[in-house]
Amino acid sequence: MSFQILLNIFLAFLLMFLTSNYSPSGFVIGYLLGLLALLALRKFFNSRLYVGRVWAIIKLIILFIKELVLANISVLVLVIKPKLQMQPAFFKYDTKLTSDWEITLLSALITLTPGTVVVHVSDDSKSLYIHVIDSNDIDETIDSIKNSFEKAILEVSRS
Amino acid sequence: MTILANILVVFFIAAGLLFTVVAAIGIIRLPDLYSRSHAASKSSTLGVMCILLGVFFHFWLNEGHFNPAILLGVLFLFITGPVGAHIMGRSSYIAGVKPWSGTIRDDLKNELERMKKEQNIK
Repeated sequence: MSFQILLNIFLAFLLMFLTSNYSPSGFVIGYLLGLLALLALRKFFNSRLYVGRVWAIIKLIILFIKELVLANISVLVLVIKPKLQMQPAFFKYDTKLTSDWEITLLSALITLTPGTVVVHVSDDSKSLYIHVIDSNDIDETIDSIKNSFEKAILEVSRS
Repeated sequence: MTILANILVVFFIAAGLLFTVVAAIGIIRLPDLYSRSHAASKSSTLGVMCILLGVFFHFWLNEGHFNPAILLGVLFLFITGPVGAHIMGRSSYIAGVKPWSGTIRDDLKNELERMKKEQNIK
């Protein structure tokens, strides 16, 4: 991914020198044309084109912000209810993510989702121990983590 | 234009204030450390972020002064908020802080016993 971005910037500078147009707009035009060249040559790279990954990162950021707002609304409802009705629990969640940064990102995402905080990551980093504040739907929580966050992170890290 | 900017500023600061107050009430009302960390990690992160964004928009749209340091502050809060909650919860569980009596399921207990056995700690 970083190699493709570097190549694209290099192509943009190449076009700036060719047209002797050293302005930001010249750089942008060169960058877009370089992107077209990379698109045409994409079968020679052994990873996919970096634009898809950038798009996946943007989608992940939007998901992050949405979950943060939802989490806060649920905490608000929980806290200002006159009677505390909650059943906290610690449960184990097995993840299939492998590298360290993916697991860090997943735990940050889980901590900012409604009703869940990551308490412990096991030594082999295969399972996360999550404290959930209202546990009548643990399976539903697990499913939602698996389907939304793990999928979004895998979308970013897939080469 | 000024009215629109002011609405944006007031909205962000009011939302931030609301969430900060909710975090404070949650810390007082909730029964144990682990459920308090829910209120502390989520609400205070979003609350302070909203207030910072409101300040940023006020200086940008009303005073014409673009200050990227505030945006960096928002980013750092976003990264460090959840990590702080995680570390406090983990270290207090290992130090032996008991969860609330209403806790219905505890997978972490077995894991902690296994870890202690492995490292020969009583």
